[in-house]
Amino acid sequence: MSIPADVIPLPSHTPGAPRFSVLRAARLGDVPMIPLVILVGIAFVAVFANQLAPHNPEIGSLTARFKPPFWVKGGSTQFLLGTDQLGRDVLSRLIFGARVSMVVGLTAVVFAGILGTTLGIISGYLGRWVDQVIMRLVDTWLALPPLMFAIFLAAIVGPSMWNIVIILGLTYWTRYARVVRGEVLSLKEREFVRLAIVAGCSKWTIMRRHILPNVINSAIVLGTLMLGVVIITEASLSFLGVGVPPPEPAWGLMLSDGKQSLMVGRWWLSVLPGLCIMLMVLSANLLGDWLRVKLDPQLRQL
Amino acid sequence: MKRYILRRIGYSLLSLLLLSVTIFFFVRVTGDPAVLLVEPGASRDDLEMIRRQFGLDQPLVVQYGGFIASLFRGDLGQSFYYRTPVFELYLSRLPHSLLLAVAAMLFSLVVGIPTGIIAAVRVNTWWDSAGKIFALLGLSMPSFWVGLIMILFFSVHLGWLPSSGSGTALHLVMPAIALGWVFAAAHMRLTRSSMLEVLGSEYVKLARLKGLPEALVIGKHAFKNALIPVLTLAGINLVIMVNVAVVVETVFAWPGIGRLLYEGITFRDFPIVQGVVILGGFMIVIVNLFIDILYAVIDPRIRLES
Repeated sequence: MSIPADVIPLPSHTPGAPRFSVLRAARLGDVPMIPLVILVGIAFVAVFANQLAPHNPEIGSLTARFKPPFWVKGGSTQFLLGTDQLGRDVLSRLIFGARVSMVVGLTAVVFAGILGTTLGIISGYLGRWVDQVIMRLVDTWLALPPLMFAIFLAAIVGPSMWNIVIILGLTYWTRYARVVRGEVLSLKEREFVRLAIVAGCSKWTIMRRHILPNVINSAIVLGTLMLGVVIITEASLSFLGVGVPPPEPAWGLMLSDGKQSLMVGRWWLSVLPGLCIMLMVLSANLLGDWLRVKLDPQLRQL
Repeated sequence: MKRYILRRIGYSLLSLLLLSVTIFFFVRVTGDPAVLLVEPGASRDDLEMIRRQFGLDQPLVVQYGGFIASLFRGDLGQSFYYRTPVFELYLSRLPHSLLLAVAAMLFSLVVGIPTGIIAAVRVNTWWDSAGKIFALLGLSMPSFWVGLIMILFFSVHLGWLPSSGSGTALHLVMPAIALGWVFAAAHMRLTRSSMLEVLGSEYVKLARLKGLPEALVIGKHAFKNALIPVLTLAGINLVIMVNVAVVVETVFAWPGIGRLLYEGITFRDFPIVQGVVILGGFMIVIVNLFIDILYAVIDPRIRLES
């Protein structure tokens, strides 16, 4: 799902405020524990999927199709969360699906972040025609709804997990570029940057040593907030059949398969993967919101 | 004023140009466009013929010229599956998408504006928190999942609403809610912050000093002014709704543009995919231009600034 303008509150770093460090904040003690535990839990499940999953997620047995979860009549503890249309174990697929969502979500966010932050710094610091070119490009990119752009790219390059990562990165870098550029514009008027110029630092050195450390926190906060958006977009692409290709167990793909048998009441195939997506995205959003408030002292009082 | 509008038009034209270059570039660079333009399963000779027919053996600049020229003629190619021009297909689906977008917009405003106002008037209370949770859920649940859950509940269990298709007002209810929820969250957040800003302003303080009843202060003085940014956002979002409904339309088999895009994907009908994306981008650029100009006409600060 594409997110309309204005949904994501962008972090704004007040110049002059003490440098905020994500690590230092984590020691402050008021980390929202529930979302953190959920995210760490999903990451744990993703890493140890091979050990945790009771069955093979890609191979099922046709004699065990459409078994309901164990607490429903007809279900058994052999398949705790039931089986799908090919007799594959839903729990195992959910566990391996966590791996897909984590890997795609994190790498895409990092890729978009590196691309967007770099271009944002270059655009903001160099200014003039470089700024014009990059910002016009950003405007154009933003004219297309992200989901539509991602679908278009996916339709051209064809589905694969790493293609999806690249597509999502190419789709979402503009958000970082906008925010980072805005911060660089005010940073470059600050004393320490002027002193660096006087001291004879090259433009490259200033951008790397003086500007980058001051925008990296905003990029991290934005990245946390983007994680949810990216995961939903990945799920949407998989749902539409241009995301992670089958038989890979992606949550969006499971939802798309589950849709077929929803009308006959096989709810577990649709409800459970969606619940996983929601939990993960909700946690990422809560954590991102907390980081943003931490970052911006003005917001903290609200 | 004139200079401002001219510059805006210039930017928009530039955006359209860059958009067409981007789309053209990605199609050409990421693979063999002949493979995308020919029907799946075509022979090698067919591919060669397509290459010559579409001028794919020509230099890139010449190809781009041809691409633009056909765009200007409204020629977006022909669908493999439907055997009709993409533009015609698009126009035949557009009314359905608009209907869905308007319904989703109504839902998002009817839900978003009152909750936003309550959240602002009762800031930091239970109401405010409830509104925040509603918005957060809207952002965290994929719209297609919301759709599926509603189908499960209202169609499968209760049998109140039809699960797919179009035709009656009842068909519209669930797709509109599924599509509108995330926008309702956006409209709520903006209403809340805009209301908070207005409530702190001088004229609201004056209205209170005059001894007007609180309902009148909020309803007449604050609400009207707080509404302006929300309605602007709603205007832009309406166009965005038309263009991002693809998942929701797929879930509910709603015959709009999104469904057309989905068909383009599943039938490997590349002209449809490309056409829908180009037209969507153009629509958004033009509406943004329109809003910019409207702003300048209404607000003298903007037109004098330039």
